[in-house]
Amino acid sequence: MNQAVALEVKNIHKTFGHNEVLKGIDLKAHKGDVISIIGSSGSGKSTFLRCMNLLEVPTQGEIFLHGEQIQFKDKRSRSGDRVPADIKQVERMRSKLSMVFQGFNLWSHMTVMENIIEAPIHVLKQSRAEAIENAEALLNRVGLYERKDYYPAHMSGGQQQRAAIARALAMNPEVMLFDEPTSALDPELVGEVLKVMRDLAEEGRTMMVVTHEMAFARDVSNEVIFLHQGVVEEQGDPKKVFLNPESERMQQFLAPKY
Amino acid sequence: MYDTIEQFLSSNAIFTLPTLLGYWDGLVMTVQLVFLSLIIGFFLAVPLAIMRNSRNLLINRSVWLFTYIFRGTPLLVQLYIIYYGVAYIEGIQESMFWPIVREAFYPCLFAFVLNTAAYTTEIFRGAIAATPRGEIEAAKAYGMSYSQCMRRITLPSAFRRALPAYSNEVIFMLHASSIASVVTIVDLTGAARDVYAKYYAPFEAFSFVALIYLCLTFCLVFGFKTLEKRWHAHLRPLQS
Repeated sequence: MNQAVALEVKNIHKTFGHNEVLKGIDLKAHKGDVISIIGSSGSGKSTFLRCMNLLEVPTQGEIFLHGEQIQFKDKRSRSGDRVPADIKQVERMRSKLSMVFQGFNLWSHMTVMENIIEAPIHVLKQSRAEAIENAEALLNRVGLYERKDYYPAHMSGGQQQRAAIARALAMNPEVMLFDEPTSALDPELVGEVLKVMRDLAEEGRTMMVVTHEMAFARDVSNEVIFLHQGVVEEQGDPKKVFLNPESERMQQFLAPKY
Repeated sequence: MYDTIEQFLSSNAIFTLPTLLGYWDGLVMTVQLVFLSLIIGFFLAVPLAIMRNSRNLLINRSVWLFTYIFRGTPLLVQLYIIYYGVAYIEGIQESMFWPIVREAFYPCLFAFVLNTAAYTTEIFRGAIAATPRGEIEAAKAYGMSYSQCMRRITLPSAFRRALPAYSNEVIFMLHASSIASVVTIVDLTGAARDVYAKYYAPFEAFSFVALIYLCLTFCLVFGFKTLEKRWHAHLRPLQS
C-alpha cells in the first residue's frame, strides 16, 4: 500500500432530520484500490457513497481528492446542511469521480452515443471528434458498439448499465463510484455487468463499489467495508473478512438465510 | 385551372376577387398575430416555468399569481382591459409609446402574449417538474453546472414531454385569436364579418373562414406530428 491516496474521507456524518444515517466513517482509497462496501439495507452504504461526490452533503466530515479538500461555508443553510464554498470546485471534483447508479440514470432523450459524449464535450471541453472516437473505443470494450444509436429505453437493463459504465469511463475518472450497479437487473443480466467491472478492476481502476454481490466483493476487491447502522463494523482484506469475520453482525450477515 | 377560377369568380356574387383579397389580408393578420404571440410567449414562458419550479417561495408564488390571473380570466376580458385600459394610463397619450399603443394591433398582441405565456408556463412547469430525478442526479454527478444541466438535460427532456400539450395550446391560440376582431382588427374572422355585413350572407362568409381555419390547423397538426416523429423516437417501441 505505497500507492498515492486518491480519495480520503474523514469522520463522515450524515443526518436526515432526526435520523442519523452515518455516524462517523473514515476511508482511504489508494490508487488502484477496489473497495467493496457491503451491509444490509438501510445500513447507510449508498448514502455514504453519495457523500463522496456530494450528491448528499455530509453533515460533518472532510473529503479529500488527491489531497485537495472540499471547502464548505461556515454558515449552514436553513435546513442545517452545509453549503459548499465553491460550487466550481465541487463540479471539478465530481468530474473526476464518475458514478454508476443502481437505476442506470442514462439520459433518456439521448442515444447511447450521445449519452457517452455529453459530459466529455460539455464538462471536460473535449472536441466532438475526440469524444466520439473515445466513445467508440469504450463501446467496443463494453460490447455495445452496434447499439450506439439506440435509445436507453430500447435496450435491456444489462445493456443500459454497460452503457452507463462506458459513460462513466469516458470521463477518464480518478475514482469510479458504483452504487449497487447490479441490484436493478434480472439475475441473468448481472453477469455481463460484473464481467465489465472485473475487467476494470484488473486494469487497475480505483473503484468504490456498493454491492450485494458477495462473490464480487470477495474475489475482486482488495478491501471490504461492512457497514451496520451507520458505523463500520468490520473492515479489511476480503479473505479475512469473509472467512473469519470478527464482529457478530458480520457473522449474522454472512450466515445463510434460508 | 386559371379559367375555372375565373369562371367561379364571375359566376357568384359574394366570392369576388376583392372579397378573396379581404380574406387574404385577414389571413396575413391572423398569422402575424398568432405567430408573434406564440414566439414571444414561448420565450417568456421558459424562464417563467423555471422560476415557477423554484424552491424560493417568493419567486415561485409571484409567477403562480401571474399564471393564475391570466388563466383565471377570459381572454376577451383581458383584451378589453388592455385595449381600453392603456389609454387611461396617465401621460401615455403624450408619450412616445402612444402612436404604438393607439393602434389596436399592439395592445392585442400584448394581451395574447401574456395569455399564451401563462398557459405555456404551466405546461412547461409540469414537464420540468416531471424530469426523472435520476437523470438530473447523473448530470450533477458528472460535473455539470446548474445551467448546463438545465440547458442540456432538463429542458430538452421537458420540451419533449410538453410537446403534445403545447401543440394543443398553439391550436387554441390560433382559434382564440379570432377575438382580435372585436377590437377593430381585421383578422380572418374580422374579414368574414365584413363579408357578412356587405352581402348579408353569414353562412357563406363564416363557412369559408372556418375552412381557412381548418387548413391552418391542419398545417399546425402536421408540423407538430413531424416534430414528434423526430423528438419522440426514444418513446416509441423499437421498429424491428
